[in-house]
Formats: sequence, C-alpha cells, structure tokens
Amino acid sequence: MSIGWYLAVSALIFSIGAGGVLVRRNPLVILLCLELMLNAANLALIAFARMHGNEEGHIFAITVMVVAACEVCIGLGLIVAMYRRRLPIDVDEMRELQG
Amino acid sequence: MDVTTYGWLILLFPLAGSILIALGYRALPGKAAAVIGTSAIGLSFLAAVGALLKLQDMPEESRQVTGVLYDYASTVGVDAEMSILVDPLSILMACIVAGVSTLIHLYSLSYMWSDKGYTRFFSYLNFFVFSMLLLVLAGNFMLLIVGWAFVGAASYLLISFWYRRTTATTAGIKAFVINVVGDIGLVLGTYFIFKHTGTLDFLKTFAEAEETFGPQSGNNGDLTAGLILLLVGAFAKSAQVPFHTWLPDAMEGPTPVSALIHAATMVTAGVYLIARMHPLFDIAPSAADVAAIVGAITLLVAGTIGLAATDLKRVIAYSTMSQIGYMIMGVGAGAYVASLFHLMTHAFFKALLFMAAGSLIAAMAGQQNLDRMGGFRKAMPFTFGCFVIGGLALAGVPPFSGFFSKDEILLIVGDRGGWYLGLYVVGYIGAFLTAVYTWRMIFRAFFGAPCPEAKELEGGHVHHAEVHTNPANGEVEDTDVGFPGAEHHIAEHSLPMRVAMGTLAVLAIVGGFIQIPKLNHWLDDFLHPVFADTKVEQLSKNDGLLFFGLALGTVLALAGIALAYKLWVTSPALPGRIRERFAPLHKLFANKWYFDELIDLVVVRPVAWLGRFGRQTFERVVVGATLVGGTTALVKASSAAVRALQSGYLRAYAALLFAGVAAVVLYFLLQA
Amino acid sequence: MAEVLFFIAGIGAVAGAVGTVGLRNPFYSVLALVFHLLCLAALFLLLNAEFVAAAQVVVYAGAVMVLYVFVVAYVGGSQAQLGPAVSPRMRLASGAVALFLFIELAIVFLGSGLKAIDSEGAPYEAGFGSPAAIGDLLLGDFLVPFEIASFLLLIAAVGAVTLARRRGGLAEDSDVVTPLDLVRRPTGTGTMAEAVGGRGAPHGAGTDPAGRDDTASTSGDTRETDGEA
Repeated sequence: MSIGWYLAVSALIFSIGAGGVLVRRNPLVILLCLELMLNAANLALIAFARMHGNEEGHIFAITVMVVAACEVCIGLGLIVAMYRRRLPIDVDEMRELQG
Repeated sequence: MDVTTYGWLILLFPLAGSILIALGYRALPGKAAAVIGTSAIGLSFLAAVGALLKLQDMPEESRQVTGVLYDYASTVGVDAEMSILVDPLSILMACIVAGVSTLIHLYSLSYMWSDKGYTRFFSYLNFFVFSMLLLVLAGNFMLLIVGWAFVGAASYLLISFWYRRTTATTAGIKAFVINVVGDIGLVLGTYFIFKHTGTLDFLKTFAEAEETFGPQSGNNGDLTAGLILLLVGAFAKSAQVPFHTWLPDAMEGPTPVSALIHAATMVTAGVYLIARMHPLFDIAPSAADVAAIVGAITLLVAGTIGLAATDLKRVIAYSTMSQIGYMIMGVGAGAYVASLFHLMTHAFFKALLFMAAGSLIAAMAGQQNLDRMGGFRKAMPFTFGCFVIGGLALAGVPPFSGFFSKDEILLIVGDRGGWYLGLYVVGYIGAFLTAVYTWRMIFRAFFGAPCPEAKELEGGHVHHAEVHTNPANGEVEDTDVGFPGAEHHIAEHSLPMRVAMGTLAVLAIVGGFIQIPKLNHWLDDFLHPVFADTKVEQLSKNDGLLFFGLALGTVLALAGIALAYKLWVTSPALPGRIRERFAPLHKLFANKWYFDELIDLVVVRPVAWLGRFGRQTFERVVVGATLVGGTTALVKASSAAVRALQSGYLRAYAALLFAGVAAVVLYFLLQA
Repeated sequence: MAEVLFFIAGIGAVAGAVGTVGLRNPFYSVLALVFHLLCLAALFLLLNAEFVAAAQVVVYAGAVMVLYVFVVAYVGGSQAQLGPAVSPRMRLASGAVALFLFIELAIVFLGSGLKAIDSEGAPYEAGFGSPAAIGDLLLGDFLVPFEIASFLLLIAAVGAVTLARRRGGLAEDSDVVTPLDLVRRPTGTGTMAEAVGGRGAPHGAGTDPAGRDDTASTSGDTRETDGEA
C-alpha cells in the first residue's frame, strides 16, 4: 500500500476535524474534533517516518500525543469548572471577549 | 593696558553691576543698588575715557582695533566671534552713553527713591547700559544684532517698569513689537551683506566692500536692498517715520528712562548704525538717500506734532524724534561727523530737558499735562534754569551746543547741492518749529499765573495728590508700584539731581565748543581715522553758505522763541484763535498725523483679521474638523472594523484561522 | 492482505471521524472517536509503528477517552441545544472551508512530487518502530524534548486540578457568573469585562449616573457590532 494513501486518509480526517470544529457548539465535541485533527497529523507523521525509514517521526507523534493529553486535561478541566458555575456548555454563549 | 582691554572693561562693569544688583535684590539695603549701579557705569565711563586716551596715543592709521575674546563659531563661511571693534567712533559713542548714563543714574538715585521697584530699576538700567555699549562696541554683525535686541528688551522692561499701569504695559509691548520689526530688518539686511562678503566682521566687510559691492560687481542691487533693510532696523530703533509711534508712548516709563533711553542713547543707535556702515552706504548712495529723506520727513512731522502736543514729556519726545531726524538726514547725506556731533550735544541737552521735566512732573505730583501747569518760574528756579539752557540749546541759539551741531549738519547737506537743498530748507523749517514748540512748553510751564501746585511749592511744600491717577487715562493707580510713589523728589530739594542736571547744563552750554567753524575741529580730527575714506567732505569749505547758515539759524531760533513768547505769554488768547482758524491742520497735528490709525488700518487690522480667520475658520474647519476630526474618525472607523472581527464567537475565530491557513497554502500552491 | 487491512482500517477511521463530528449526543461522539482511534492504531501498525500503535491504544483510546467519558457523564451527555440552532448557511460555509482545506491538502501531499509517496516506503529493517528503537531515541537524541514533555504533562495536571477544584462551594449567591469568574481578580482592578462594561461588569460599579450612561452606550455599540458580525 503506497504512502500516498495514508496521506490522503490523513488529509481527509484532518478536514473532517476542522469542519467539526466549525460546526459543533459543544466545547466537549470541539475538543474531540481537535483530537481528530491531531491524530490526522500523527498519521501523516507516522506515514512519513515509514517513507523515510526513520523513527524520529514516531518520536514526534508521541510528543503530539503528550500535547494532546495536556490539552484534553485543561479543556476538560475548564468544562468541568463551567459546569460547576452553571454556565451554558456552549461556545457561542461564551463571548465576553468581544470587541 | 591694551586698548581692547579697556573696551572689554567698558562692557564688564555694567554687566557685573546688573547681575550684582539683580542677584542681591533682597539683600541690598537702602540706596546700595543705586550706588552700585552708578559706580558701575561710572567705572565704565572711566574705562571709555581710558580707551580714548590710549587711542590718541596710537598712530592715526592704526586706530581701528578689533579685539577678539573667543571664537563663538568658526566654520567654513561663518566667522562668528566674540569680538569688539575699538575705534574713535565706538569710543566716542561709549563715552557719550556711559557718561550720560552715569549722570542719569545719579539723578535716579534720588528721583526714584520712593519707588518700590528701586532695586529692580537699577538692575534694568545697568542692563540697558550694558546692551547699549555692546551694540556700540560690537565688532561684527552678530554681536551688533545681539546688542540691538538686548537694547530692545531693556527698553521694553523699562517702559513697562510700572507694570500695574495698563498704559505702560501696552506702550512697552508696542515699543517691543516695533523694535522687533526693526530687528528683523537688521537680521535680513545683515544676511544680504553677509551672503556676498562671507564674513561677519565689520573691518573685513568694509575692506572688501568696494570689490564685492562696487558698481561693477553686479551685487550693488543686493547691497542697496540689504542696506534698506538695515535702515528699517535703524528707523525702528531711532523712531523715524513710519516706525516712530512707539516713542511718544514710551514716555509711560519713568522719566530717567525717558532721558536715558528715549533721548540720549538708544534712539541714537540708528544714527550710529548708519555711521558705522558708512563704507557700505558710500557704495550704495540710493540707500543713503532713503535715510536722508526719511530723516527730513521725520523732523518735519515730529516738529508739527510737537506744536500741538499737550503732554510735557511727549513734547520733548517729539522734539527728540525731530532731532534724530536731523541726525539721520545728516548721516544719510554723508555728514557723519556733524551728525555724531549733534548726537553728542543732543544727548546732553535732551537728557537735561528730560531731567528738568522729571523734576517738574514731580512737583506736579505726576501730572504731565501742560494745560494744567503754569508759573513755576519762582517756585523752581533751578529747574527753570535747566529748562532754559536746554531749550536754548535745542532751539539752536548761539553759543549753546545745539547751535553749532545742527548748523553743521545743515551746512554739509546744503553744500551737496541739487535736491539736497530741499532737505536743507526742510531742516531750517524744522529748526524754526523746534524753537517754537520748545519755548511754548517752557513758557506755558514756567510763565503766566502760578498753578495751585506752584503756589504750594512756593510755600515750601511739594504737592501730593490725594488720589494718584494715571496721567494718561485718569485711572486711579496703585502707589505701591508706579510713579510717583510715596514721595516726590524735585531738583531743588535733592543734591544728586542738581549735580546731574548741573553737569549736563554745563555740557549743554560748552558742548558745542569742540567744533566751532573756522576755529577748531577737534571732533573731526578725532573721528578722522574712521571717516577718512568717505567721499563726502566732513568739513565744508563753502564759507558763504557757512555764514549764511549760521546767521539764518540764529535768526530762526530767536524768531521762534519770540513768536512763542508772543503767543503764550503776551497774548494768551491768540493761540486759541489760531487753532480755530486752522482747525483741520491742528486736528491733524494733535492726532499725530493719524500715524497710529494708519498703522492700525494697514498692519494691525489685517493681521488681527488673519488671526481671527485662523482661529475661527482655519483652526475650526481645517485643523479641528479635517485634521483632528478626520484622524479620530479614521481611527474610529478602522477600529470599528477591527472590532467587528472580535465578535467573541470562538468558531468565527476558528473559521478565520482555517480560512487563513487555506489562503496561505493556496498562495504557496500557486507559487509552486 | 495489507491492502485489505488498510481499506478496512482507513474506512473505519474516516467513519469514526465522521461519527465524532456528526453525532448529536456527545457520548456517542466519544465512542465514535474511540473507534476512530482504534482504526488509526491499526493504520499505525500497518506503517510498522508498533510502539506508537500500542501507545495509541493504551494511552489514547484507553486513558484519555475514559476521561472524556467521565466528563460527559458528569456534565450530562444528552445536552440539549441551547441557543438557536446553527444556521444551514453557516453549516454549509463550514463544510466548504473543510472541503477546500481537504482539496488543498490532497494536492499538497499528492502533488508534492515526492517519489517515495507512491512506494511503500523505505525497505523494512528489523526492529523499526519497536519499543527498543523508540526508547533509544527518547532517552538518547530526544532526551531534552522528552523531559520537557513530561514537565508539560505535570503542569497540565496541576492546571486541570486548579481549574476544576471546588472553591468555597457552589457560587449560587452570585446571579451572573461568567467564565471570567474563573480567573476573576478583585473588582475594580481593570479586567477586560469591566472595561467593556458588558455582562461581566461588577455589581454596583454603575452607581454613579455618568458611569451608568457610559456603560449603556458601550453595550449599545456592542449590540450593533453583533448585528454586523
């Protein structure tokens, strides 16, 4: 199976994730969509690592996973805090920083 | 000591005096300020005399010495040095300025005693003398301009000395503004000359004047323009038509100031300037002619106004204008020595007249109106004597000093023939007018029935008004600051004043003897090193014209005095009848030929209109609305646009981000 | 064989992604994502990345997703639509952006001219992607990034605890609470919300009429801006 196929799948997943970020309003789901995008990037990294026969891409992918875990940590923490404060769980309702 | 060392000493003393008095303002007790001021100027005078003697010891051809203290700026094309030029002309002026100033300081020592601003007055006065000496001794154009401007500033300070008087402050502003106009003329004129010579130094400029500006050089037009601009400066300083209107108003200052600045020294700066620049004026005769004509016009205009003026000091002020008109006419016509001679004698007798007038005004408790004066002859014999001596000298009665100097100017002017004869005639008409208005003033003040103040003084008591009012507009004034203070000092009761006036009276009598036609020409010899190169003969050889002029001058002076006696002593009703008979003419003279109104119409109103336009229309429409408003509107509009992007919708931001990424990728795709 | 596996795993991954985005219920979304991650792990295996695949399954699909599930359960999985629904136009525009992005990415990847893209990659070497090889790299060449990543995780953990911890009970006494309350400073110290004068403005700040007017006008502006947006 040629590397190009993996890259195509990666691009597709990334675009789906991006579309999800744009469409969904639940911050939880937006976080999930971000995960999708990060994983799409991971897939591309792994595919390139395979292409070059070089494991450094794997290291990069693992680092991305770490960052994703951190992001999930903080994001979920925020969501929990919002819930505690009886705030609407909707990104469109959170627009205090408008100009 | 080197002669330039004396020159620097001349400058040092008044400056040191001024600074000392100013810094010791609170510490100086009693009359200390006056003593310091007087002695500073006295030392300066001694230094000037020392320089004069030193100069006489030197060979005649090397009597022009430039002393450089340090280079102020010396680069390619500019040689601004702190330099003084010591030569017979500058030393003569320094002697006159320092000498008369010493006497006036002495006079002020008692005259100003009750004034709250006593210390301030002497600090200003010393500063003025320093400025004037700087102007006189300046060895290059730069220092001349500095001195010129300092003199204007000092004049402003002294005219506005009684700063609670609105009339005094406005007069000060008027004098300053007109003087600044003159300063601008001086600076621009200097530029015209400097542009071609490339040097600021006087002697270097004069040395190459013929070569740079001669008729063949093609720069003669520039020189004429530059000299006419210099003349604007000279006219403004010397109160010549049409820049003269500040001088009568300057009489708001204390009387010693009028005597020193507005009679003896500052107003003669224009004459000095032209005499100093004579090598240039010789090359550009048309500029010199302008000076001569303006001088003649001024002497006539001032003489006629003097006939109608009723304010004692203003009458003397107009006579000053008129006499300076003679001098300007003289230097314009090339009679340099004669004009400086007249400058010197005029300094003596005019300062004397002002001092006497100050004494009289003190006796009148500040009143200056001639209509209210009368019969002071018995009450104030010393003042009267001084007035008579000053009046005779001013009118040009032999053997008083004014007679010799004025006739010498007119002689040389007449000797040049041609259209100068017109100036000659005007000069003699002016001489007649001078005699009339001077003696009108004397007769009205000292003859006739004694006024209440005179009677009071005869009883041995100087009049004090219950409420002090400003003589110019009748406003009740603050006696803390402003004449006449708590006490009044008249010459009869004050030794320093008598000493000062007596010395000047003697000088006014004998001052003319240094240059009696056919007998001696000391002044001409003394000044010869300076004026040796001029084309106009400084001593006329035309004996016929000489004797005719002397005789005519004497006759006119005596006739004028006689007419004044007839009009204001023997038949007091006559002046009123004449006034009615020539009502329009009197109105013209009494309103000073409407010069103030003319300047108001031609200069002040357009400028004021321009200012109003700028403030109300330009400022509002262009600056306020378009520039400022436009800027804020632009910022507001652009920030509104940016703010619209800041919707607060997270997804909108994300969409923008993705769109941006897509756009960037697209860009690189298209590049590839 | 590999092709079959690839297509199964690839279609599964895409389907999981679509499910994550498209499913209404966040709980199902999470499950779809788990499925997606598993499929992705299979793809990693196909690419000889055994260690990463294992980490994907254990850490991601296991631990992280459990966290999601817990939060969804805590917050309430069947969260009803709150505001007005997303307009179809917006949906369409979002889809267009995503599609455009996909096309671009596809062109970038496939049109890049990399020769190896059409190959199956470099020749397989024994031990490629094995835990030993990854461990060598992590503790050798990439020691510093490794340590930094561990610190990042620590900081994130502390941050999450700080954000989510209970502070003096529920904030029931205050009527209006905003996300800014999470990081709220004492009133009057110039927070953005105070400056804007919007909903975040502290109570009692507008006691003086002038201030009140000011606030009102600012809010008016805000509303206008919203309309334009």
